Amino acid sequence: MRRVMGIETEYGILQPGRPLANPMLLSSHVVAVHAAARDGARGKARWDYDDEDPLHDARGFHLQRASAHPSLLTDDPAAPAPSGDGPQELPRSAVEEYEDPGAANVILTNGARLYVDHAHPEYSSPEVTNPLDAVLWDRAGEQVMLQSVRGLASNPALPDVALYKNNVDGKGATYGTHENYLVDRAVPFTDLAARLIPFFVTRQVFTGAGRVGLGQRGERAGFQLSQRADYVEAEIGLETTLRRPIVNTRDEPHADPDRWRRLHVIVGDATMLEAATYVRLGTTSLVLWLLERQVADGGSGGALAALDRLALRDPVAAVQQVSHDLTLTARLDLADGRTLTALEVQRGYLEAVRTAVAHVGDEVDEQTADVLRRWESLLDRLGSDPATCAREVEWLAKLRLLEGMRRRDRLEWDHPRLAAVDLQWSDLRPERGLYHRLVGAGAVELLVTPEQVARAVVRPPEDTRAYFRGEAVSRYGGEITAASWDSVVFDVPGSSTLQRVPMRDPLRGTRAHVGDLLDASPDASALLAALGS
Amino acid sequence: MAGQEQIRPQRRDDEPDDAPEPVAPTVQNRDAEVDALLDEIDDVLESNAEQFVRGFVQKGGQ
Repeated sequence: MRRVMGIETEYGILQPGRPLANPMLLSSHVVAVHAAARDGARGKARWDYDDEDPLHDARGFHLQRASAHPSLLTDDPAAPAPSGDGPQELPRSAVEEYEDPGAANVILTNGARLYVDHAHPEYSSPEVTNPLDAVLWDRAGEQVMLQSVRGLASNPALPDVALYKNNVDGKGATYGTHENYLVDRAVPFTDLAARLIPFFVTRQVFTGAGRVGLGQRGERAGFQLSQRADYVEAEIGLETTLRRPIVNTRDEPHADPDRWRRLHVIVGDATMLEAATYVRLGTTSLVLWLLERQVADGGSGGALAALDRLALRDPVAAVQQVSHDLTLTARLDLADGRTLTALEVQRGYLEAVRTAVAHVGDEVDEQTADVLRRWESLLDRLGSDPATCAREVEWLAKLRLLEGMRRRDRLEWDHPRLAAVDLQWSDLRPERGLYHRLVGAGAVELLVTPEQVARAVVRPPEDTRAYFRGEAVSRYGGEITAASWDSVVFDVPGSSTLQRVPMRDPLRGTRAHVGDLLDASPDASALLAALGS
Repeated sequence: MAGQEQIRPQRRDDEPDDAPEPVAPTVQNRDAEVDALLDEIDDVLESNAEQFVRGFVQKGGQ
């Protein structure tokens, strides 16, 4: 399995003891810890907003800026993106630009973006090519955030913060953990969306992180599979902060738009369990591979037709129906009048992927085989003895503790201690976070080692353009004035203009492509000369 | 809690609360593991749960 993918996570943030503290300010402090660690002649490199296009909808139009909800306007008005392959010249700004603290942005040496988004600190992972690397650089993000917690705690002049890798506050606010997948542009978007919907509705059975409380404001006592389910209000749409859709239509590929679509998935939960993150990314990537068979020579061997029969009558209602059913036996209404459980719908997807894999006949790589094995095993065990999945499925790991506490202390679901467990579950500090107690007890499956994670905090993946971005920041950070997913802008002393290096292809700029070049370039001038030649 | 079903069978009201229920050994092992975890959690869980939960307020994000 090889597909460009990544995870962006908005973290919950508190200043302990000060519930009214300004979260945007706190978030900017979190980011600033890492900006301070960066050497820089001009201070921290800006984000290059040139290619941001959050109002472009995959259904083929641009939302008018004036009609866009202000929360959608995550870009700056900017010059059109330059074309061409080599470095392009850009004029320097005539005046020093004002750096709004709320626009705090750092590009890390591992190729990730750390920034403030809507009053949350957000870590957007570097591009990776497989779900295991996705887990690794996602875990690296937790460490990056934890470093900020420690950095702020050690400075008496700055506020202490606590950070939480979750998606709800239990009172009505929700914030996202978004997956990104590069998909073949040739697949018609309407088909892609229609075939993804039942998968997203039902994957909660093994991807859900669990949540104490039902309803958008937690107004009903109870427990459910997914943090985000109650906030899903539409099937397909552009919005991300209200009327959240099952399939988001944002069309900002940060790559050649004729070849690639970046599918931006907003319905997933943040998961601390590594196995949960792994199967979430892995199964979704496999389903996308299946959907790409629509435009591949040889087709899918009938698998896509089988998939179409899984269409749901009311997908939005089904999201909540699945999430609120802890027995996993609720029957969902299909568009053709039949009913199936969420597990049966998932099995339909697994069978369809297997059919297409067999039809194509290529040898299956290790991670693909592993994901398929786990997917099948999870569906089998969730259907017969769900408690055996508590090492891999986050809602079950959480529920196990909560049920134990309910039993021992005779608590109803509306007891605040249960809500406190749910919230403190994802506290990043190992000495406080309840997930970390499970790790210490050997109660959850681990896929990566602490040494691998420590390396991924500072080193980028080697098989995507994140390699060039991260290594450039690491080696020439003082000479970089701006960077983005698909560009790095250098400001070299003695040069009359800036030099923008475009990186349109996420699979170029890898160690294989540019590693030797970087090793041979002691400074940015040498690098640019080599790139321009 | 209408509509909420648990993955374990509900304890009936007429059973004495402290009478041991017959359980399979693997379930007992799991219960022992959970009890050990709960003891650890007691040590680190926010002491004033209600205040912590009430104070956990976030702005909406994406």
